[in-house]
Amino acid sequence: MTTSTVDAIPVIPGQTNANTPKPGGGRATSARIVKYVLLFIFLVIVLIPAYVMIVTSFKPGAEISASRSWQLPINWTGQGWSKAWDTLKAPMGRSLAIASVAAIISSMLGSMNGFVFAKWRFPGSNMVFTLFLFGMFLPYPAIMIPLQQLLINDIGLSQGVVTLMVVHTIFGIPICSLIFRNYYATAVPNEILEAARVDGAGMWKTYTSIVLPVSIPGFVVTLIWQFTSAWNDFLFALFLSNSTNGPATYALQQLSGGQNPDYASSMAGALISSLPTLVIYIVLGRYFISGMMSGSVK
Amino acid sequence: MRRTPLIAGLAAVSLMLAACGSDNTADSGGSSPTAAASDTAAARDTAAASDTAAASDTAAASDSAGASDTAGASDTAAAGGTEVSASKVGDGGAGGDVGVFTWWADGSEKLGLDALTKIFSEMYPNNKFVNLAVAGGAGSNAKAKLASDLQAGNPPDSFQGHAGAELTDYINAGQIEPINDVIDSLGGDKVFPKDLLDRLTVDGKIYSVPSNIHRANVVWVNNEVLTKAGIDPKKAPADIKAWIADMDKLKAAGIATPLSIGGTWTQVELFETVLISDLGAEGYTGLFDGSTKWDDPKVTTAVADYAKLLEYTNTAADGDDWPPATDMVIEGKAAYNVMGDWAVAEFTSKGKKDGVDYSYWAVPGQDGVYDFLADSFTLPKGAKNAAGTKDWLMTVGSKEGQTAFNLAKGSIPARTDISKDIFPPYQQWAMDEFKSATIVSSIAHGAAVSLGWNTAISSAISKFMATKDQAGLQTDLVSAASDNLG
Amino acid sequence: MPDTSVADRETAAATPAPRPKRGMPTWLPGFLLVLPSIILIGVFIYYLIVKNFLTSLTNRNSNNLNLKVHFIGFDNYTRLANDSTYVHAWWNLLVLTVAFIIGTMVFGVLWALLLEKGPKFEGIFRSVYLFPMAISFIAASVAWKWLLNPQTGPNAIGLNQLFQLVGLDSLQNAWFSSNSKFNMVAMALPAVWQLSGYIMALFLAGFRGIPDDQREAARMDGASEFKIYRYVLFPQLSPVALSALIIIGHMSMKMFDLIYALAGATSYVAGVPATMLWAQLSTYKYGLAGANSTIILVVVAIFVIPYLIYTRRSEKKAGS
Repeated sequence: MTTSTVDAIPVIPGQTNANTPKPGGGRATSARIVKYVLLFIFLVIVLIPAYVMIVTSFKPGAEISASRSWQLPINWTGQGWSKAWDTLKAPMGRSLAIASVAAIISSMLGSMNGFVFAKWRFPGSNMVFTLFLFGMFLPYPAIMIPLQQLLINDIGLSQGVVTLMVVHTIFGIPICSLIFRNYYATAVPNEILEAARVDGAGMWKTYTSIVLPVSIPGFVVTLIWQFTSAWNDFLFALFLSNSTNGPATYALQQLSGGQNPDYASSMAGALISSLPTLVIYIVLGRYFISGMMSGSVK
Repeated sequence: MRRTPLIAGLAAVSLMLAACGSDNTADSGGSSPTAAASDTAAARDTAAASDTAAASDTAAASDSAGASDTAGASDTAAAGGTEVSASKVGDGGAGGDVGVFTWWADGSEKLGLDALTKIFSEMYPNNKFVNLAVAGGAGSNAKAKLASDLQAGNPPDSFQGHAGAELTDYINAGQIEPINDVIDSLGGDKVFPKDLLDRLTVDGKIYSVPSNIHRANVVWVNNEVLTKAGIDPKKAPADIKAWIADMDKLKAAGIATPLSIGGTWTQVELFETVLISDLGAEGYTGLFDGSTKWDDPKVTTAVADYAKLLEYTNTAADGDDWPPATDMVIEGKAAYNVMGDWAVAEFTSKGKKDGVDYSYWAVPGQDGVYDFLADSFTLPKGAKNAAGTKDWLMTVGSKEGQTAFNLAKGSIPARTDISKDIFPPYQQWAMDEFKSATIVSSIAHGAAVSLGWNTAISSAISKFMATKDQAGLQTDLVSAASDNLG
Repeated sequence: MPDTSVADRETAAATPAPRPKRGMPTWLPGFLLVLPSIILIGVFIYYLIVKNFLTSLTNRNSNNLNLKVHFIGFDNYTRLANDSTYVHAWWNLLVLTVAFIIGTMVFGVLWALLLEKGPKFEGIFRSVYLFPMAISFIAASVAWKWLLNPQTGPNAIGLNQLFQLVGLDSLQNAWFSSNSKFNMVAMALPAVWQLSGYIMALFLAGFRGIPDDQREAARMDGASEFKIYRYVLFPQLSPVALSALIIIGHMSMKMFDLIYALAGATSYVAGVPATMLWAQLSTYKYGLAGANSTIILVVVAIFVIPYLIYTRRSEKKAGS
């Protein structure tokens, strides 16, 4: 993905490129060094908690103690990892299904809503947008019991994967709509829409042929958000699934939430369950390249 | 009533699912509310007059394990069922899934549950155990989910609850059924201590079968640290004052934090033991029925003693786990830790030897008092497979079940007719004590107070940790009591 | 900058220009596109908000079967207002929110600026900065409990111990357990760790959503890099910044799992309205819980509505 970034940039003349120093740039070089030093320092800081998790995950029970959290294991063991994997493999499949479906559907809905809210308003659309946003702030614990009654008793769904897909999709709509609305406000110039209108394009045509193609960075952001929050959610999972059909967080809680917490396997579990999300970040990051907009809009 | 068509549709769907074969049934039966809703509905509708339990009882008796509950229940219920006595052990069991809700998801608790499940499948081979464990927050996640499931009318077949006051919430809400018949057929007060049964009885009815007993008022001691400071680690100080004097000695010997504490609930546990010492067993028990007032001067003394003890402790964050506090004793950074007897597992896992590396005694000033907490299992109202639940409860209360479970979990059996010889040294000591000691109920672990009261006390203790305002703590405790004593 | 948006002109005119071919107004398809979302949000959010509000007006503070549920007006609200712990919880939330917003914005924008031009290994840096978000807090909280342990000196563990190891002893502190008015700044630490990467992604998308020819044009005009950011790029990113603010703000208002994991639901020093909500719900105090969550929503309205007025005004300004 680094390569594609680099490839994309030279297309635009005059673009400063970190990889091709400007002529006569003694200052530019030192600025570049400062930049990399900063990037590296932040990298280390971000990884501090991860370090604790990684070393702890390889320790045998007798070595695990908070006071030794910075020390490397004396006897390395993979027990924590194998136990975590056994506990997590089936629930992770369910998480993957829930998070993918929720991320894709609510991003699609969010994109359409965002387009309408930003560029194709209807009377009262600002009010509707406000209400969407406002609803986002509802503290979810407050509605768990009525929500369960609504979904299970009144609608007739059962606890498990499908219910969680539905719930994450719905509760993701406001935030996705917000992100897309504000993204389109900058990314889609009105002149282009005006031009399309003159050409006689309707709303759907305008959306699919003009707006959607420039939406990729917006989708990256909403997919990351939605996938992550559905993947990491525990609250909905707690109330709307059970240990036989719950997602990975449910299983993770079983590793870390016992009376005698098994620290090694819960940390290993945290790392294992973060991998799919990380892969998503890397895969989506591929599409996170500059220069794309100018090419497709013009 | 207004949901009748919906339910009929669901029943049809679950019949179809049941017909699809055993794989599907395993998935949808028991754990799936779709089947659940229709199960109870069908049973309720057809069996209207006769009780639900009896209906599914007979259904199950004629059923092979894992078959369709719905079909079975409505068929035989229509034919009218004769009740199969729950006490008949070894009849193969009621059949069908038995979904059991616990917060035992990992470690020794999980091992205990697995051992119990094994006995269950031996005693009642027709039943299929479905593990509905929810972990986290010392059971608080489980309780939150349970509250929601019960409100939504989707109860498990049985759930774990702290025996004692914590169950009153479910009883008052009409969410669990009395199970005196199970207790009686297990042997009643011939096998369970009367003290314990009294604490489980509400208006003459018993609502749960205790599975195991833990003790909360235990001090865990690092032998080496005490010996170095010239204190005999095997001998408990006479009272809190003498204990504090020993802590001064330890401080002088260079131990900065003689007493270790963890998060809020460990602080509540420490505080309750101070209350027991300063009020005596009877005075302490009176706190929960109004016969001892929370503004009693003795409570003031206990608050002062507790404040004094906190001067000898480490600083802890409210959410800290208990093992780091116990580890401080194991690693010699602290001399004492007041912790429930599950701590013994932590010493064992760190390779420490009972009597050599560590000792334990009741918190000073309460020798002969057993601050107990117990887990127990219930029969929720509207359970899909009530007969299966009774089989489960019979297993929980059986000699075999209690032995297997407690050996694995590290607690002691609630039954007193189990030989202690096969248990490790700590448990042998605890079993002796449990037989002879005065039993009082733990606040921190839901035996003495309801969930709401416990939360109020925990908030007060957490606030005290920040403010150190003794009068404020007592005021908060008084208002917590008046809110919850009614 | 964009001219008056097509839609703006239409709605402002109240009578949108009818499409020549069909008899329906231009805005109708837009409305139909949003309609499914409106229905879903209506049922799953607003229906439940109303239900919740109605509960808050009743005496449902017990699950006892004998309880006669009836309306008691705003008693639950006054009870909360008179509870010093609840007031303290709001102070905690304020400190947490401010620290959380400043922290994530500073790191998020800084990282986005550093990565914006696609330096070498951009993908690695970006993924690592995003990585904390991938870790479920259920398990990460175990590590954070250790890191934010309040003990200092010889028994120190976690970050305090790390400070000793690298010779920064004076930085040791009791974190969120300290008896300070601003202890919640420490609670924001794990939250900032987790979400700064996302704010970075948001800004990165924003930067990359701006057509490159704009910078090019500015550069042709001889503008310095700084001036390009200051006058060309940043002004266009205000909608993105506001998305970020709302996202972080709503995370903060609802922040529950983090505090619940690190301090429990009954903590005083670290208690916020959301943890008290959990405690109320788990002790069947549905009336109080309803009041608490309604108050949270009202406070949100106080913050969100100015935001919307601001965006509306700035969009109009952009149009004129």
